Amino acid sequence: MENNLFGKSIIGIENFSPEDIRLVLKTAAEMKKIIRGKVKKLTNLKGRAIINLFYEPSTRTRTSFELAGKYLGADVVSINTGTSSIVKGESLRDTLRTVEAMGVDAVVMRHKAEGAADYASKVVKPIIINAGDGAHAHPSQALLDLFTINRAKGRLAGLKVAIVGDILHSRVARSDVFAMTKMGMDVHLAGPKTLLPRFFEFDGVTVHENIEDAIKNADVVNVLRIQLERQQAGLFPSPREYARIFGINEKRLRLAKDDVLILHPGPQNKGLEISNDLTYCENSAIHDQVQNGVAVRMALLDLTLNGGE
Amino acid sequence: MNGKNWQIQRAEATIHGATIIRGGRVIDPANNIDKVADILIIDGKIAAVEQDIKFEPHYSFNAVGKIVTPGLIDMHVHFREPGQEAKEDFVSGSKAAVAGGFTTVATMPNTSPAVDNSALVRSMVSRAKEVGIINIKIIGALTKNRKGEELAELRDMISAGVVAFSDDGNFDSNARIFMNALDYLHDTGKVVICHEEETSLVKDGVMNEGKRSAMLGLKGRPTVAEDIAVARDVLLAEYTGGHVHIAHISSGRSVDIVRQAKKRGVKVTAEVTPQHLTMTDDLVNPADTSTKINPPLRSKKDVEEVLAGLLDGTIDMIVTDHSPHAPEEKDREYIYAPSGFPGLETSLGILLTDLYHENKIDLNTLIAKMTCNPAKIFGLNAGTLTVGTPADITVIDPSLEWTVEEKNFYTRGSHSPFVGRKLKGRAVATIVGGNLMKLL
Repeated sequence: MENNLFGKSIIGIENFSPEDIRLVLKTAAEMKKIIRGKVKKLTNLKGRAIINLFYEPSTRTRTSFELAGKYLGADVVSINTGTSSIVKGESLRDTLRTVEAMGVDAVVMRHKAEGAADYASKVVKPIIINAGDGAHAHPSQALLDLFTINRAKGRLAGLKVAIVGDILHSRVARSDVFAMTKMGMDVHLAGPKTLLPRFFEFDGVTVHENIEDAIKNADVVNVLRIQLERQQAGLFPSPREYARIFGINEKRLRLAKDDVLILHPGPQNKGLEISNDLTYCENSAIHDQVQNGVAVRMALLDLTLNGGE
Repeated sequence: MNGKNWQIQRAEATIHGATIIRGGRVIDPANNIDKVADILIIDGKIAAVEQDIKFEPHYSFNAVGKIVTPGLIDMHVHFREPGQEAKEDFVSGSKAAVAGGFTTVATMPNTSPAVDNSALVRSMVSRAKEVGIINIKIIGALTKNRKGEELAELRDMISAGVVAFSDDGNFDSNARIFMNALDYLHDTGKVVICHEEETSLVKDGVMNEGKRSAMLGLKGRPTVAEDIAVARDVLLAEYTGGHVHIAHISSGRSVDIVRQAKKRGVKVTAEVTPQHLTMTDDLVNPADTSTKINPPLRSKKDVEEVLAGLLDGTIDMIVTDHSPHAPEEKDREYIYAPSGFPGLETSLGILLTDLYHENKIDLNTLIAKMTCNPAKIFGLNAGTLTVGTPADITVIDPSLEWTVEEKNFYTRGSHSPFVGRKLKGRAVATIVGGNLMKLL
C-alpha cells in the first residue's frame, strides 16, 4: 500500500482517504503484535525526538502517545503546561518555535482551541499530530475506534453505528463521523437536542433526538462522555434525568443487535451516560480501545515519521 | 513607509488657491449628477462643477477615464485612540482612509477608556483637528463605560461635538436603559447606532452557527441572536419615536425586519460592510483568524438577502467596520484572537470588483451608499459636490487592477481576509478640503 502520510501532519480525518485509513489499520495490527510481545522496543524511530505538548489534562491519550513513541524507539518528552513558560503568557507560536529550535521531529499536541493543530502545522516545520483540538477533531481516537470495530466485526462498511451523548462538544464524535462515513458505515447520532449540533447535515449521517431510534439494530454503540459542567450551563436539568432518558443501560441496549459492540472514549461517568454493568460486559470493547490506542498511535508515528518502512 | 507599492503623495499647493479636476465622469447622487465635467476647487471649497471650465489654475488633475465622486464617508471605524495605539491611531487610521478614498470617518468609542464623557470627546475632537489629514467625527458611548447600566452624559457629549452614539461591540441587553436613551435623545435628533447580537446567545461564539461551525466544532453565533436584537430595537424605536441605526447588519431575517419597519414609518436605518456583502462562513478556517468578525460571516442565503436589502433601499449605507488589531494579537488560536480586521483600504476595491463589475449594483447606487446617504442620516456637511461645500472628493479608477498586499497597508492592523485578492478598481486621488493627495 502506498503511504501518503509520510512527512505529513495529522490534523483531522477530513484529509484522510479510505486507503490512508486502511493503511493505518493494517500498520496498527502489526504494532498490536509488538505491544503484546515480551520485548516492546523497536528501532523504527531510533534517534527521533517527539514532544507531547498538552494544553489540556489527559491521561490516556498522552500516555498512549508517549508509550507509542517509546515502543518505536523515539525519545519522547512531555511538557507539563502547568509548570512551563506557557503559564507566563508565551504565545502558542513562540512555544512551538522554541520546541522546534530544540530539534524535535514531531509535536503531539492537545489544545482547547479548535484549529490549534492546523495553526501549529503552518507555523513550524516538525510534523504535528493532533491529539485533540477543542471540539474539532481527535483523529487518533477515530482511527482506534475503527480499528477496534474492524477487529471485532471483521468489516466496517455497512455497519450501523450509534454515537450517543454530547455530540455538540465532542471532537471524538466529529472525527468518528468523518472516519466512519468514509469507510461506508451508517452513522446515527443521538442525544438531547441541546447537545446536538444544529445544521449537522452530512451524507451517511442521521441525527436523532431520541436515543432508542439511534441504537435500534445498531452493530456498534459509542457512548460519549457527558461533562458535568454541561448541566451547569443549562444544557440538561440534572444528571439523574439525563441518565434516565439518555443514559445507556442494559435495557436500552437490548434494542441493538445481540452482538452489539460498546465503545466509550473515556473517562466514563458511571451511572450518567453509561451504567456500570455495561463497562465490563462481554459486549464492551472499552478496554480493548485503550490497547488499540497505543497500536494506532504507533502506526501514525511510524507512517508519518518513518514512512512505515 | 518604504517598500510600499502605493504611496500617498500630496499634490503641490492644493490647499490654497485653485485646483481643477478635469474631464472625469462626475457622479454626485445627491444632486442627480452623472456626467463628464470639470470640478473647480477654490480655497478648499467646490467652486464649480461644469463642462469645459476655461479657467486654468496652477494645479490641474487629469481625471479623464476616471470617476469623480463626493469624498467617501465611513461611519464605522475603530481608530483605537485613546489607549490602544498599538492597533491604530488617528494618523495611521487617517492614512488608511486616504488610501481607500475616504475623506470622512466616524470613530467608535470602544476605546480604553471608552469615549463616554465630554472631556474625552473634546480631546478627541481637538486631536482630530490636530491630525487634520481627513475629517474625523467622534461617536460617543451610549452608556457609562459601555456597560449598558447607566446612561452616559449624552447631552454634554453633544455639546462637545459627538456625531452619534453607540455602545458598538456590545449589545445593550437592558431594554429599559436602551429605551431611556432613545427617549432622552428624542428631541436632539442624534442617532443611536446599535450592535445587534443578543448577548446570551453569542457568548463564547466565534463564527456563524451553521453547517460549517457544526463541522469545525467552533461555537456558533446564530443569526437569531441578531434578529432578536434588531427586532427589539426596531420595536423600541417605533414605540419611542427614536432613531435607531442598525450597525453592520448581516442576517437576511434582520434585513426583512428593518424592511417591514421602514414600511410602517419607523425611524430605523441600517448599514452593511463589504465583508458581509461578499463573504460567507464557508471561508472560515480556524487556522486563520482573519475571518473572525462580529457579527460573523453568514451563509450564502444571508449574503444574498443582505445584498437585496442594499439594493431595495432597506440598507441605507455601506461602512467598513475598520477594526485593526496588532499583528501579534491576531496571530494566534482562532478562539482567542480578537474580532475584526482593517477594512478602509480594501472596501472600495472589493465593492467595485465583487458587486459593480459583477453587475450586481450600479455606480450611482453604490456611491450614494458611501456618500450622501450617511451624510443625510447623520447630518454631516459632506457627501455631495454642491457648490460652496467643502471640497472632499474621491477620484476612482474603476478598471485599475491591483492586488491586496499587507505591506502596502497604511493601517497598523493586519490579517485582512482580502489579502491576496486581485481587485479591479480603486481610489487614485483623495481630496480633503481641497488638499489633493495622489495615490501612486
